[in-house]
Amino acid sequence: MLRYVLGRLLSLGLSLIVASLVIFTVIEVIPGDPAAFMLGLNADEATVAALRADLGLEGSKAARYVSWISGMVQGDFGTSYTYRVPVGQLVADRLWVSIPLALFALILSTAIAFPIGILSAANRGRGLDYGIMGGTQLGIAIPNFWFGMLLVLVFAVTLQWFSAGGFPGWETPLAALKALVLPSIALALPQAAILARVMRSALIETLAQDYMRTARAKGLPRRQALLRHALRNALIPVLTIIGLQFSFLLAGAIIIENVFFLPGLGRLIFQGITQRDLVVVESVTMLLVFAVILVTFIVDIAYAIADPRLRRRA
Amino acid sequence: MITLDRLSLAIHGEAILRDVSFSMVPGKTFGLVGESGSGKSMTALALMQLLPEGAETSGAVTLDDGNLLDRPEAEMCALRGNELGMIFQEPMTALNPVQTIGDQVAETLRIHGVAARAEAREVARARLDRVGLDHVPLDRFPHELSGGQRQRVCIATAIALRPRLLIADEPTTALDVTTQAQILDLLRGLVEEEGMALLLITHDLAVVADLADHIAVMQDGEIVEQGPTRQVLSEQRHPYTRALLEASDHRPARTPRPLGAPLLTASDVERHYPGPRVGLLRRGAPLKAVDGVSLMLQTGESLGLVGESGCGKSTLTRALLGLDGVQGGSIAALGNPVSPAMPNTLRAGIQVVFQDPYGSFNPRWPVEHLIAEPFHLLDAKPARDARRTRVGEALQAVGLQPSDMDKYPHEFSGGQRQRIAIARALITHPKILVLDEAVSALDVRVRARILDLLADLQDRMGLSYLFISHDLTVVRAITDRVMVMQAGRIVEEGPTEQVFAAPQHDYTQALLAAAPRLPDYARKE
Repeated sequence: MLRYVLGRLLSLGLSLIVASLVIFTVIEVIPGDPAAFMLGLNADEATVAALRADLGLEGSKAARYVSWISGMVQGDFGTSYTYRVPVGQLVADRLWVSIPLALFALILSTAIAFPIGILSAANRGRGLDYGIMGGTQLGIAIPNFWFGMLLVLVFAVTLQWFSAGGFPGWETPLAALKALVLPSIALALPQAAILARVMRSALIETLAQDYMRTARAKGLPRRQALLRHALRNALIPVLTIIGLQFSFLLAGAIIIENVFFLPGLGRLIFQGITQRDLVVVESVTMLLVFAVILVTFIVDIAYAIADPRLRRRA
Repeated sequence: MITLDRLSLAIHGEAILRDVSFSMVPGKTFGLVGESGSGKSMTALALMQLLPEGAETSGAVTLDDGNLLDRPEAEMCALRGNELGMIFQEPMTALNPVQTIGDQVAETLRIHGVAARAEAREVARARLDRVGLDHVPLDRFPHELSGGQRQRVCIATAIALRPRLLIADEPTTALDVTTQAQILDLLRGLVEEEGMALLLITHDLAVVADLADHIAVMQDGEIVEQGPTRQVLSEQRHPYTRALLEASDHRPARTPRPLGAPLLTASDVERHYPGPRVGLLRRGAPLKAVDGVSLMLQTGESLGLVGESGCGKSTLTRALLGLDGVQGGSIAALGNPVSPAMPNTLRAGIQVVFQDPYGSFNPRWPVEHLIAEPFHLLDAKPARDARRTRVGEALQAVGLQPSDMDKYPHEFSGGQRQRIAIARALITHPKILVLDEAVSALDVRVRARILDLLADLQDRMGLSYLFISHDLTVVRAITDRVMVMQAGRIVEEGPTEQVFAAPQHDYTQALLAAAPRLPDYARKE
């Protein structure tokens, strides 16, 4: 197991290096002057030159890469050109919204998907199964921004249980949590629909395995055999999807963030792009890549915990 | 005493079992034999009430006074694992891969509420010791054990509560002969010492002859004959019993002919697989799957290659077919070197038939397309009309109709599919046919007919066979010369009859001693 973890860590490190090289190359090395790009077409020579010096674009590419990486390792992500504040500070503020939102949505989608996926698989081919599968089809088909707006209409405008948008900050924890409820529901629902379908099909495949027959021959009732023997064996594909969904939720919540006026990472990167703030784009992209690789690593460890056969493979 | 009284079963209205009646006595083994699809396994599942959806039963299965068929599911759950234990054919998949073997054995005790966690583990330890796994710790996972060991774990799970009836559904079919002999010994000991009744389901008459006190012969969902084993097998009153016995010992008529020039030769062939990773960049010593094998196949000869799973037969076969390269030595066929880079025309001269008649065809292709596929090996591909003529001829040669070429694989039985596989192998008029476990998946009567076909084709076309199998009876029936392979090496080689009559090597002796054989009283001349 230790060797497996070390092997995954090594792969994590290598992926990070490769990803950082790709991002650096795409943004800084490919023809075109980042400073000129950021300032637009009508900028004069002197301003561009000043910005070049400001951004540290002088010097060899290798030296710039090293200083970028070493800066990031020390928490220095550079200074945003448009906001005139350290990017590290900008990102940290946004992460306090995005991470709780993603976690909240993920917990919610898992909590919905597991029971209905299990229920559906256990009643395969019966009315309940068709009902649940029809419902998940709907959940996948409905765009989450539309669903978000619907939630606002019902729960914020009509019932006035929640506020329609905005984020009060974590100084008032309860209010902050409350502000995240509607957006995380809007985010979780389509995810839960997908996850439930994956859970169902993985379980159905597992239920057909020989060891399920062995479990029944031991005297386990159908339901207990499912919970004790099938569930853990069906987890691998489910974990894969959970990992992918978390990575998506971190940055892909941009539409929902806009619907609910949440200052999250998705909005930051969107603003960075529209304002041609390459420092922000570069750093946030790297951060997201790091998050995805980290989640993959965690999922890999979860695989090995779920399935002893994987522990040997380094 | 457990009695089946006119048990009938229909699944979605289709009759599967008709009036099946027999009794099982404590301390005795009852053998249920028949070919695939005869209803053997369904009888067992009906007994356990573990039938698929849509099943309807009638008649009675009596244990003590009650009819099991009338028991509600909750009561059946209390009986299963407690009074009725069952083991299955595939030990590789019958255990939960993510649970330790100790937990899986202990689970039988815990779900029936007879022992708490610590005590259940103690009993599990004792039962695993009983089935011969005293050296295997409880915290092992199934993938860390061999097939035979896994079947022992399954047995320990099934007998953990000392059930009155143990049902063993083809318990040794997936195992090697030496492992099979050990598992059968274990079952015999359990019946004698623990006094349980054993229902042994198998297609192999030699296995039941060896183990069962009573047998019943099943065909198409009905028991055609039953009685004490010796009586049934020696009297063979029912024609089906007779047919089964004849087929399981069948030897096709072969015309001895002078052998011609060497067609396929291998000298000192080595096939290595990379060793397991030891460190980040280092690997352990490579695994020598084939370790210095030399062989020669002459024109018109039939050469057998026997050995247990993992001995390197398949690896050697892949090298001989030019599918994998070799790490040492050389192979030549029809006067040309064999390697992955060999020309297609040479491949057309060596064709192969595999074991599984279900998995080796693309289900969406018609038979004509399947059989004509090797034509792509030829420089001059026949035109459409010529192609259909050739496919028709090939189908006729293997005993099928030319009109079958427009059908799809699912329209044929297992034996017919194997005939199609042979037709596909013959379409390019090869000189050498490699038969890799080609009859192992077939029922005895079908197997006998395919062996006849192979012998006939050899006579008519002067083919040379390399016959690879773990089944000693089959190899004895169809080969002139045999090689015995163990751990990558050929340990014994000689004329088939001589090797079988007077094996020289210890391993050959062990193999022959372990192979179940029909008793003499069951052989009719």
